[in-house]
Amino acid sequence: MRELLRRVGGMALVSGVAVALACGGAEEPGEAPEEEVAEEAGPVVPPDSAATITGVVNFEGTAPEPEPIDMSEEPTCAEQYEGQPRKHPVVAVDGKLARVYVHVKEGLGDRTFPTPSEPVTLDQQGCRYRPHVLAIQVGQPLEIVNSDGILHNINTQPQVNRGFNISQPVEMTTTRDFTDPEVMIPVKCDVHGWMEAYIGVQDHPYAAVSDSSGAFTLENLPPGDYVLEAWHERYGVQTASVSVEAGGSAQADFSYSADMAGAEVPLGEPIDLHDHGSETASRAAVSR
Amino acid sequence: MPRIAPGIATMAFLLLPAAAGAQENARGKAVYDRWCAGCHGIEGEGDGPAEAYMLPRPRDFTMGLYEIRSTPSGQLPTDADILEVIDEGMPGTAMPGWKDHLSGSDRKALVEVVKSFSRFFEQEGAPEPVEVGSPPEATEEALAEGREFYQKIECWKCHGQAGRGDGPSAPTLEDDRDLPVRAADLTENWLFNGGGSTEAIFARLLTGMNGTPMPSFADLIEADFMTREQLWNVALYVRSLAPEEPPSVRDVIRAGLVEGDLPAAVDDEAWEEVERQYVPLVGQVIVPPRWFAPRVDGVWVQALHDREELVLRLVWHDPSESPDPDWAGWAARVRATMAPDGAEAGSVEGAGAADTAAMEGAEPETGEAVGEGRLAPEATAGAPDRLVVQFPTELPEGMERPYFLMGEEDDPVYLWRWRSDGDASEAIGRGFMNMEPLEGSGDALAAEATFEEGEWRLMIRRSLDAGGVEERLGFVSGRPIPMALFAWDGDNGEAGTRAAIGTWYFLHLDEPSGGGVIVIPLIATLLTAALGVAVVVRAQRREEEREES
Repeated sequence: MRELLRRVGGMALVSGVAVALACGGAEEPGEAPEEEVAEEAGPVVPPDSAATITGVVNFEGTAPEPEPIDMSEEPTCAEQYEGQPRKHPVVAVDGKLARVYVHVKEGLGDRTFPTPSEPVTLDQQGCRYRPHVLAIQVGQPLEIVNSDGILHNINTQPQVNRGFNISQPVEMTTTRDFTDPEVMIPVKCDVHGWMEAYIGVQDHPYAAVSDSSGAFTLENLPPGDYVLEAWHERYGVQTASVSVEAGGSAQADFSYSADMAGAEVPLGEPIDLHDHGSETASRAAVSR
Repeated sequence: MPRIAPGIATMAFLLLPAAAGAQENARGKAVYDRWCAGCHGIEGEGDGPAEAYMLPRPRDFTMGLYEIRSTPSGQLPTDADILEVIDEGMPGTAMPGWKDHLSGSDRKALVEVVKSFSRFFEQEGAPEPVEVGSPPEATEEALAEGREFYQKIECWKCHGQAGRGDGPSAPTLEDDRDLPVRAADLTENWLFNGGGSTEAIFARLLTGMNGTPMPSFADLIEADFMTREQLWNVALYVRSLAPEEPPSVRDVIRAGLVEGDLPAAVDDEAWEEVERQYVPLVGQVIVPPRWFAPRVDGVWVQALHDREELVLRLVWHDPSESPDPDWAGWAARVRATMAPDGAEAGSVEGAGAADTAAMEGAEPETGEAVGEGRLAPEATAGAPDRLVVQFPTELPEGMERPYFLMGEEDDPVYLWRWRSDGDASEAIGRGFMNMEPLEGSGDALAAEATFEEGEWRLMIRRSLDAGGVEERLGFVSGRPIPMALFAWDGDNGEAGTRAAIGTWYFLHLDEPSGGGVIVIPLIATLLTAALGVAVVVRAQRREEEREES
């Protein structure tokens, strides 16, 4: 899982970044209330200046059929499926791409955000992870649920965070969190080699996973100029620039196509593992 | 230069308090470069020149992932944890212990060097160790409960019902480098990374083994699914799967004299009373293509005779009855991982068949390809498991025995060859890839094999008398009979020279009177010491000759 590889695409692949200026805001865009943000409670962005970015992830071409899974060793799981169990399908309907992790990569400056106490759930059900891609914040509780009641191990393989590999042999819930932003942390179950999930960690709340219609929404943004990044496990990374005014909304769409399937998908930040300037990327590229 | 100078001055100022440490580190780096970098790489990335010849690969230090820790799952190890691995090595891998080779200060300096390869140690350092404590008494109740929880927490999924590393998930396991990794054979605790004591096992259960599929079970205690004592009982039970002491390797394998009938079957109860001896095996790394990832660690040997016949019972662990479709992917992955000594680009399709054919005594179809050691990773899919018992063609009068690796053109060996998809047959070896069926063999060998829960049990018997067949060894009591073993796990990608091999041992058939039983093995043991040296020297000489040619 150490495909910490060179970035794909950069800005070039962005299509149709539309900036729609809805309702002119009454607030001064430049004034981010940073002192207030540092406090534990209270809104990060005043409600009347909160902006929204929405978007759709489009997909051209034909995606591969999801791979079949041999669950014969696990009847408990196999019987939850009508017919052949398969991995998560790549594409949603009508040429839209689901399970794309979209997050604000640049533009938030030095703002800090409170840590949500509301947990995010990663469920193991039918020997698959639900969801397959999830967004969480630094310090936010990750509730790992075993609904199957058979042995799963949850083996996270981060590059930036310290991971964990814990066992859940029965129906149970375990809570963990992450200390640093990271896109993405692969999760696997060694007992069931087909199980995989990806966790995106941010130190802000502006990350989302595209739904079955390819749509995503980032709410409650301070007004400003942002770079969004979209990450897909198979088709790689794209970025888009978008500006949004106080209380306004903007649209940012991404377009992937089937011929990007060979993309080298970065995992973790392209950091120098030694901290003394060696060629991390080339080293990692060797691994697969 | 003037611009740089203030920078240097500042740096020097900042580094002053650490100057003593830096000096130590320079010493440590020199030690590292000399003794460690060959495997772990100059920059600690686990990519030294020897890397490709090892499975598991040498540790990549950059991620700060360590199997043996006293800290929770995923966390960094303490200095003491790292020092322990340097001192004791990792017995299930190529990593030796350095306690007897490097001074205490050098080993401590190495800890700092190893840590310096990862930014994680600069950022956070290791957390507090978890408490291990000491084990409860291994009462019957404790072991029974441990066994119960071995089922409940599904250790068997990877390690197998009998603990032999043959669970249903075992063939798909991968380490942090996406390379195939074995579920430990829990019956061989002397090969456990981190040590085979109950305490060590408990520590592994509690903290997991970072970079491997082995998870931590600590959350089960926190979640009140099981108590700490119950997890201790799992450790006690796992410990009980292995012998109390690691097997001692002796040179003489005794074939006791039976008055009456020899055991009729491989699982005959009579075998339970017969002493067994462990013969360790290692990868065949002399004749190309070499093999650095052998599956079979060793063979337990039992032997009996009744003045008419000799019977051997050979027991070894192998997670599958090859060819097992569940393990086909494993074989391919292991072969791909060990590619540099064979399966790289330019591999010859079908060479695996030639490999196998040579084992069967036929001429290799692509002899040159086999000689060069090029085998496609998929070529051996479907290979059976094999075992070979090797003897000289006649008892040597002096010190000389045939070359231990299947003999030579002018100095052949006499072989019992068994394969899981066939039977046992006699053969003559004149080198590793040059074997032919023994002429006039007939049905001299009677073999019976059973595979169960990751274990092969094989019984082979033959009359002591050679029956006048040329090059067939006649067995006589009271004289040391050179004997060696070879094993192949087809589902581990093994065939031909990709084998687990052992050196010469002595089989000693007891004589009717008791006198010689003690003295002769003693003499044999002394002889073996001398002969062992001779074999090694000879092998080295051959190797040099080969390299020269």
